[in-house]
Amino acid sequence: MAAVMTIEELRAGLAWRKNLDKLFVLVGLLVLMSCLGLLALLFLDLVRDGAERFGWDFLTQFPSRKAERAGILSAWVGTSMIMLVTALVALPVGVAAAIYLEEYAPKNALTGIIEINVTNLAGVPSIVYGLLALGLFVYKFGFGQSVLSAGLTLALLILPIIIVGTREALRAVPKAIREAAYGLGATRWEVTKDHVLPYSTGGILTGLILGLSRAIGETAPIITIGALSFIAFLPGSPITGEFPFLNFEWLKSEFTAMPIQIFNWVSRPDQAFQQNAAAAAAILLGMTLAMNAVAIWIRYRFRKKINW
Amino acid sequence: MNTNVAHKAETPTLAIAMEERRLLRANQAKAVADRLDFWYGTNQALKNINLVIPENQVTALIGPSGCGKSTFLRCFNRMHDLQADTRYAGSIMLHPENVNLVGKDVDPIEVRMRIGMVFQKPNPFPKTVFENVAYGLRLRGFSNRTELAERVEKALRGAAIWDEVKDRLTDSALALSGGQMQRLCIARALATEPEILLFDEPTSALDPIATAKIEELITELRSRVTILIVTHNMQQAARVSDFTAFMYLGELVEVDATSKIFTNPSKKATEDYITGRYG
Repeated sequence: MAAVMTIEELRAGLAWRKNLDKLFVLVGLLVLMSCLGLLALLFLDLVRDGAERFGWDFLTQFPSRKAERAGILSAWVGTSMIMLVTALVALPVGVAAAIYLEEYAPKNALTGIIEINVTNLAGVPSIVYGLLALGLFVYKFGFGQSVLSAGLTLALLILPIIIVGTREALRAVPKAIREAAYGLGATRWEVTKDHVLPYSTGGILTGLILGLSRAIGETAPIITIGALSFIAFLPGSPITGEFPFLNFEWLKSEFTAMPIQIFNWVSRPDQAFQQNAAAAAAILLGMTLAMNAVAIWIRYRFRKKINW
Repeated sequence: MNTNVAHKAETPTLAIAMEERRLLRANQAKAVADRLDFWYGTNQALKNINLVIPENQVTALIGPSGCGKSTFLRCFNRMHDLQADTRYAGSIMLHPENVNLVGKDVDPIEVRMRIGMVFQKPNPFPKTVFENVAYGLRLRGFSNRTELAERVEKALRGAAIWDEVKDRLTDSALALSGGQMQRLCIARALATEPEILLFDEPTSALDPIATAKIEELITELRSRVTILIVTHNMQQAARVSDFTAFMYLGELVEVDATSKIFTNPSKKATEDYITGRYG
């Protein structure tokens, strides 16, 4: 059979196609590097600006009118407590919603509407959540301008992220595994609790952490519900030395948070406060990166353990 | 051929070939499919299936892809109920109690607790070897450690894998080889002592050596459990089964003793299929 082209033509064509391949790699690398480079530049800039302020004192001092004495103690403690509330609320609610949608919900129009809206919720501007929370949590439920209100608000904000992430994790459990469990006579709940959930824990936790790293930097909604920018006390410790060892007073406490503190310092004219803001921003960025690193580590651990 | 047709006219509900009837005299029927129809939505996948499954024998289902043999197999443990918009008509009576396995008033979970299944691809849970086999027992409320251990060992021995895994009971089942995984899945199904064991192309994902082991195991198991096996491999059907049913386009074309089907089938379609003229 005669070939459609000579060997020379074939080689010339192939060389051209391979060059296109290389070109794409080059463009891709360039785009990737400029994104990462920009982020690295931003981070380094913050570190340089705030370099003088890093130190133990910065982490252990309350805010002050004097820039050199001001610290972020109340801010990072507030942020940690809000994150605790957010995680404790968003995880069970989000996972339960995802399990219902993925494993139980009948495939009908109503489920379709719910699914579309869950996805849409992820795109609602965070200030809208803030307004909702101001009306609902702060006034209607009377939680006030508290850690509880802030935690609940951010929990609402990241619910769609957790639901979508959890659903993907649940869907990744192969049908064959479910069939194996059903085949032995398991009920739907037994299949979910004994198999689907344990095998998708890695993905679920990854979703949670990605949600939390979104929430940790949110400013608008917690300003809306009334975060204070000057707090010179800590909420009571959640763990106490006496029975029952838990204390819930901190939930009702007024609060500040990292982004609020940064925003407050940035808006001051004094150069020294700008340094404080840069240092705090670098620390906040570090917290976010650390959380993402944990998410990656968890995913890696579970992938290694469960390799379908 | 003629006697067969005449016989059909006498018993319109059960289209059993004479040869099978003769053999059946020595064997009790474990299950009888009677005018079984099945639909995926509006698509009728099974049409008027009549088949006797003899107790403690191996019945093989053969036929080209899409002929409905796996669909038929999955009726026995109501796997179709996991999917929306599926419908059964007719019956599969399980003896001796005469329970209609596909009856609307029969709980599919109860059916699955009585009828075990081994799937096409080995699908062990990503748990330990022990927990894989113990899971069916745990579902049934067994929690005594000694009793569980005894039953797990018995099942693993029954599936001819005990010697290979007895020192690895706490290892992940995913660390086993493909053939071992499939025998583990057989042990998992055996642990609860099912009345019928369904095999859905159990060796299609395995190499020839692992396949030979599974086939040997099926031959050993037949004295203890009624077996229904779907296979694409006609040699396999010939090797392991006592009866063979040939299905085509959702219908049961012919069922007979395996030796008869493979040497002297009654229907032209069966002969064409087993001689490789299509499928």
